[in-house]
Amino acid sequence: MFAIAEATFLAPDVKRFRIEAPRVARNRKAGQFVIVRVEAEHGERIPLTIADSDPEAGTITIIVQGVGKTTKMLNRLEAGDTLPDVVGPLGEPSDIQNFGTVVVVGGGVGTAIAYPTAVAMKQAGNRVLGIVGARTRELLILEEEMSATTDELHLMTDDGSYGQQGFVTQKLQQLIDEGEEIDHVLAIGPIPMMAAIADVTRPYDIKTVVSLNPIMVDGTGMCGGCRVTVGGVSKFACVDGPEFDAHEVDFKILSQRNKMYREREKRSLEEFEMAPQPELDRVHACHLQQEHPEVGPRVGGA
Amino acid sequence: MAERLPPKQRTKIPRQEMPEQNAKQRAGNFEEVNQGFGFAIAEKEAQRCLECTDPKCMHGCPVGVQVREFVDLVLEGEYLQAAAKIREDNVLPAVTGRVCPQENQCEGACILSKRFSPLAIGHLERFVADYERSTGLVGLPERAPDTGKKVAIVGSGPAGLSCAGDLALRGHDVTVLEALHEIGGVLVYGIPEFRLPKDVVRGEVDNMRKMGVKFETNVVVGKTVTMDQLFDEEGYDAVFIATGAGLPKFMNLPGEHLGGVYSANEFLTRVNLMKAYDSDQSDSPIYECRDRNVAVMGGGNTAMDAVRSALRLGAKNAFIVYRRGQEEMPARKEEVHHAMDEGVQFLNLHNPVEFVGDDEGYLTGVKLQKMELGEPDESGRRRPVPIEGSEFEMPIDVAVIAIGTGANPLVQSTTPGLETNQWGYIVADEESLRTSRRGVFAGGDIVSGAATVILAMGAGRTAARSIHDYLVTGEW
Ligand SMILES: Cc1cc2nc3c(=O)[nH]c(=O)nc-3n(C[C@H](O)[C@H](O)[C@H](O)COP(=O)(O)OP(=O)(O)OC[C@H]3O[C@@H](n4cnc5c(N)ncnc54)[C@H](O)[C@@H]3O)c2cc1C
Ligand SMILES: Cc1cc2nc3c(=O)[nH]c(=O)nc-3n(C[C@H](O)[C@H](O)[C@H](O)COP(=O)(O)OP(=O)(O)OC[C@H]3O[C@@H](n4cnc5c(N)ncnc54)[C@H](O)[C@@H]3O)c2cc1C
Ligand code: SF4
Ligand code: SF4
Ligand code: FES
Repeated sequence: MFAIAEATFLAPDVKRFRIEAPRVARNRKAGQFVIVRVEAEHGERIPLTIADSDPEAGTITIIVQGVGKTTKMLNRLEAGDTLPDVVGPLGEPSDIQNFGTVVVVGGGVGTAIAYPTAVAMKQAGNRVLGIVGARTRELLILEEEMSATTDELHLMTDDGSYGQQGFVTQKLQQLIDEGEEIDHVLAIGPIPMMAAIADVTRPYDIKTVVSLNPIMVDGTGMCGGCRVTVGGVSKFACVDGPEFDAHEVDFKILSQRNKMYREREKRSLEEFEMAPQPELDRVHACHLQQEHPEVGPRVGGA
Repeated sequence: MAERLPPKQRTKIPRQEMPEQNAKQRAGNFEEVNQGFGFAIAEKEAQRCLECTDPKCMHGCPVGVQVREFVDLVLEGEYLQAAAKIREDNVLPAVTGRVCPQENQCEGACILSKRFSPLAIGHLERFVADYERSTGLVGLPERAPDTGKKVAIVGSGPAGLSCAGDLALRGHDVTVLEALHEIGGVLVYGIPEFRLPKDVVRGEVDNMRKMGVKFETNVVVGKTVTMDQLFDEEGYDAVFIATGAGLPKFMNLPGEHLGGVYSANEFLTRVNLMKAYDSDQSDSPIYECRDRNVAVMGGGNTAMDAVRSALRLGAKNAFIVYRRGQEEMPARKEEVHHAMDEGVQFLNLHNPVEFVGDDEGYLTGVKLQKMELGEPDESGRRRPVPIEGSEFEMPIDVAVIAIGTGANPLVQSTTPGLETNQWGYIVADEESLRTSRRGVFAGGDIVSGAATVILAMGAGRTAARSIHDYLVTGEW
């Protein structure tokens, strides 16, 4: 059992959790992730990036966007609740070096995944430029944190409700056009965004790294479900990645594979949202009942 | 107590059949196929044993289960004692009774197999173990006084479990570290419910808890904690690596990335460990098999488990595509027969050359090439040779690749000074199972390559003996 020490919303359905996982906190490096299960009996295993860790306190931080059943179920948990399974740190750490000028591009919740690497890049002595984008103002997360770690932060919204109006790709192109000497780009966000960033940097031969998010099961190289095509070869994102050279990644295959269970995912989300309460009880009950056996399963308001 | 018959009459009794769920019915559910012997059948079967003075059966068993003695106790009606007799050599009898390839081991060696059918040793072993479990009276041996030595077991498959049990009995403080969220290795993520119910494994794990073994899930050694940290920071005195051969092999064919193409590991993990067969409850999806065509590539136990799982998920047609002939199939004979009875279609002497998909990236078919058998290869089996121009496309919606597994490199790559061979398996001394690192032992599939449950358990026992010696003497 892994206790949730802290839980706060950063944006609608984007929540930050601090979780007690001492061994993970001790060994984790920027770019690595954990696999979490929210519900002990029938729950799915989902990968989430470790946004931060505190080895002293024995806690890790994750930032979760509710996109489907498991993430939405997770986002209903509060401090004091527990998770049955948290395993990690998985994946290869980011390649951190003093490259010179590094641009970190984050789209949506991808910003949370990029943030720890941005911090590490800064600590390694790089000049770090941040470009953070979101559809609209209220979805833009980690502005404060990103602005504290970057030398320059550009905020972009699709609808112009905050920062500059436009896509993150436009900003990157603008920086290049203005003669900014960029040595390294890290881009994390939706697949079309990462593919577009790769297209922007390709003609200039700027080394560009993306963090891929294929569907995973075990996260240890045992199932091969997370395979991605990079440079024409099959790689397992959970052990060989999740970061890869953006100019080598086949984004089309990645996006097709991620759609594999779309119908099923939609159905289970609908069912969950129609009847959320009993599902949530399965999750809540365990710790409540342990501490107060007299309480019994929760009924009524969340 | 049963009557002892003269040998002549014993050989006249036919080998008793295992009661099974009817093939049609079982192909639609995940409940166990074999229903187990009842008392009368078990007694009748036990009567067939010739009580040989030099029992060949025992030599055929990789861990030397005392078959003659336990069968004798069955005849006496002393089932709990029979179970205790098996447990002297085999800590997971309810598992091995179900999954050992008996035809190549104890039963293959049984003297009766020369002129008659061999004694149904596996079925009897299972009968005794199930009886023991049903009474809740497992005769757990006494634990030796605490030694104060700490041992970490990495991986909770049969090798890890048997080593943990033996070391706990010797009084050591044993902790099993498992990467997944459940204990049991292949026994829970690979072998399906209809062949090995998870309750059976859980029961054995509970027995070990009673013997003082501690279990920690969600620990990937090499990542969550490194080998050096186990020794230097967590105070372990010895480590046994039993991480299995879990790395899936793909065929590197065009189209392998298509939606609907699985490794057997992923397919079985989703179905078993993540309970995708219970689609009303489980949150882990499996690509739709109902009323569709599923083809499984391979001819081993894993392939049979996958194809029979597909049938149970409602597949319209479930195929085995195997590049050699029926005779060469490495799967347990019983599983092949069960698969045939259930309606699995066998395309022997066929080999896939390409997976074909639509514009959306979903699998629609597989190109197969016909094969013929040529000269024997290194394994002694006749080598399959492609027949030129025999290619054709078969429409399928789901493909499962079950052509074997390799060594997962996670522990090796993060443990300095741990010697591996050219295929990435850990090198361990055959007798002591010592590795190139002081205090570190290894056994089971991660040393031998993919093998069997009983061989892995045997390795676990050997390791326990050797680790105990090391902890007592301190000599390496
Ligand atoms: C290495 C890695 C790190 C990640 N880090 C974060 C993070 O820090 N914060 C965060 O909010 N999300 C992160 N994700 C994505 C997160 O794992 C998925 O959003 C989650 O698994 C969706 O599960 P669900 O049941 O809520 O939704 P589902 O109903 O399963 O799916 C909803 C949508 O999410 C996609 N999806 C489904 N399963 C996965 C999966 N395993 N991985 C990626 N996408 C999936 C589907 O294609 C679908 O479009 C990460 C993914 C990976 C691979
Ligand atoms: C589908 C299938 C069907 C089979 N059917 C049969 C059969 O009928 N009869 C038979 O005799 N044999 C059968 N086998 C083979 C048999 O299951 C294996 O030979 C046996 O399980 C090997 O045992 P093991 O203990 O070495 O490893 P495993 O059972 O593979 O267990 C290894 C464990 O280690 C864990 N692990 C791996 N890496 C780490 C790490 N870094 N940190 C922590 N834990 C880790 C894994 O998660 C796993 O739980 C079958 C195998 C498969 C896949
Ligand atoms: S452990 Fe396996 S090989 Fe040995 S006697 Fe039992 S069934 Fe036969
Ligand atoms: S070899 Fe066969 S007949 Fe002889 S003791 Fe063993 S099981 Fe009985
Ligand atoms: S998630 Fe199973 S191999 Fe990567």
